[in-house]
Amino acid sequence: MSDSTSTVSTAASASTFLPEVPEWRRMMNRFLGHRGLLMGSIILGLIVVLAILAPWLAPHDPYLQNISQRMIPPVWHEKGSWEHVFGTDKLGRDYLSRLLYGARISLTIGLSAALISGLIGTTLGVLAGYFGGRVDAVISYIITTRLAMPVVLVALAMSALVGGSLQMVIILLGLLLWDRFAVVARSTTQQLRDAEFIASAKVLGASTTYILVRELLPNILSALIVVMTLEMAHAILLEATLSFLGLGVQPPMPSWGLMISEGKAYMFFKTWVIAIPGIALMVLVLAINLVGDGLRDMNAPEGRN
Amino acid sequence: MAEYALELSNLSRHFYLKNGAFKEPTLLKAVDGISLRIRPGETLGLVGESGCGKSTLAKMILGLLEPTDGDVLINDKMRGASSRLSMSRQLQPIFQDPYSSLNPRKTIEQIIRLPLQLHKIGDAKSQQKAVQDISDLVGLPERLLKNYPGQLSGGQRQRVAIARALILKPNILVCDEPTSALDVSVQAQILNLLMDLKKELGLTYLFISHNLGVVEHLVDRVAVMYRGKIVEQGTREEIFQNAQHPYTQALLSSVLTPEPALGLPEVLDSSAWDRAS
Repeated sequence: MSDSTSTVSTAASASTFLPEVPEWRRMMNRFLGHRGLLMGSIILGLIVVLAILAPWLAPHDPYLQNISQRMIPPVWHEKGSWEHVFGTDKLGRDYLSRLLYGARISLTIGLSAALISGLIGTTLGVLAGYFGGRVDAVISYIITTRLAMPVVLVALAMSALVGGSLQMVIILLGLLLWDRFAVVARSTTQQLRDAEFIASAKVLGASTTYILVRELLPNILSALIVVMTLEMAHAILLEATLSFLGLGVQPPMPSWGLMISEGKAYMFFKTWVIAIPGIALMVLVLAINLVGDGLRDMNAPEGRN
Repeated sequence: MAEYALELSNLSRHFYLKNGAFKEPTLLKAVDGISLRIRPGETLGLVGESGCGKSTLAKMILGLLEPTDGDVLINDKMRGASSRLSMSRQLQPIFQDPYSSLNPRKTIEQIIRLPLQLHKIGDAKSQQKAVQDISDLVGLPERLLKNYPGQLSGGQRQRVAIARALILKPNILVCDEPTSALDVSVQAQILNLLMDLKKELGLTYLFISHNLGVVEHLVDRVAVMYRGKIVEQGTREEIFQNAQHPYTQALLSSVLTPEPALGLPEVLDSSAWDRAS
């Protein structure tokens, strides 16, 4: 008997030492231990830094045309030169400079569209999940209606109607990509709606706004951040698609989708014209997805270490 | 001082269970005309099997569920006549599951402090002091205040829940099975803490439980609930030594005792309970 009590007390004192490791430290260890997340964040971080520093890093003006310097191949070709590392396009504009400025456009559109749709989707989803009943019925109907619309088709029709531009693409994608936020926010809210800590806040007299924003939202935020990365990648790809089809960002802006589109006439003879922006697009989307997957793993209770 | 800390008069809650689109819904009387009175400083144990309406009753007392009929009076004032905020200063809950009653994204300090912030009592410094004082009172080590609920044991979590309930200095606590989610060894600690707090602060308890052993240990009076109704109530001695209603007798005989000679409880004919009520 005395034996068992002593083990209980040692176990108790051992457990009291556990929380001494600070929270950020444990998060840091988990972050470093997750290879995909680490790789994704490094690549994404690099692209973000390159995009921010584009005006200082770009060797040339991305809009400057030079007809005598058309279609110079990149440096690894025998005809390439260090003057234009990634070569030039059909109007003689420096490809590396355009690529760097293009990263700004992709990231701006991805982030803004994901933020707008996140705001719309989370609001709708949380309200539907928390209040249930008629509110849920109406919002679920709106979600279903949205899911029944093919995104690319609607985006094409709308941009054909209103005309393509950077702001247009952001607003359009922001208004179209909120469905996953709404579905995830709704189901996670439903799981937490009847939790006793919510009931406790209600008994204490907290307002519904306080309960939704301060008690509920922090608990579903990790799931929403994962959705956000997915939708960011989605928005970047859709922007490239729209620009490729000539209905997104308009020339002469250096969007990656537009670069692929402008190069498609030459792709059989000068593959790098589409390969370079294509690979850039793939690397960016891959990095964002790696980060999203990693964040999901970090937040999953079973993944804690 | 109010004559009764908590008074329920003819409290009912009915639910309609759907049976598909074209059939009549079934009426379920979860709580069916319950009247109870608890004097200040008294502990009333409410016992009954799972699904008898105990928790529905607790939700109505806490204002989480609207009664179909009847009134809840807290310190002689009607619930609903005054705001939730002022009601919550008089009556606080302690929930069953300390794993779901604490927001996992907040530190223990933030959780215990929340009532003060919502009620705008004191400044940051005095709130912090109040949190420390109440943690001392419930036996919560101060170093745990910066931790998250996930880093605490079940017993520690329930202490946090008790601290949060007491920081507004209510005079009534509604404890809905406060120990049933805890280890047996920890149950006793929490029950003793509740008893000590009662003596120290002069609290009134409505103690809801299906565990007769726990109830016998704690309460002054017992009310036995069966299918939404109170079938018998009386002092602890009356109920535990001289139960009249057959359901109460069945409930008492179903408690497993450590005495080997008594063996397993008998299964009684449940139709007798309905006839008697």
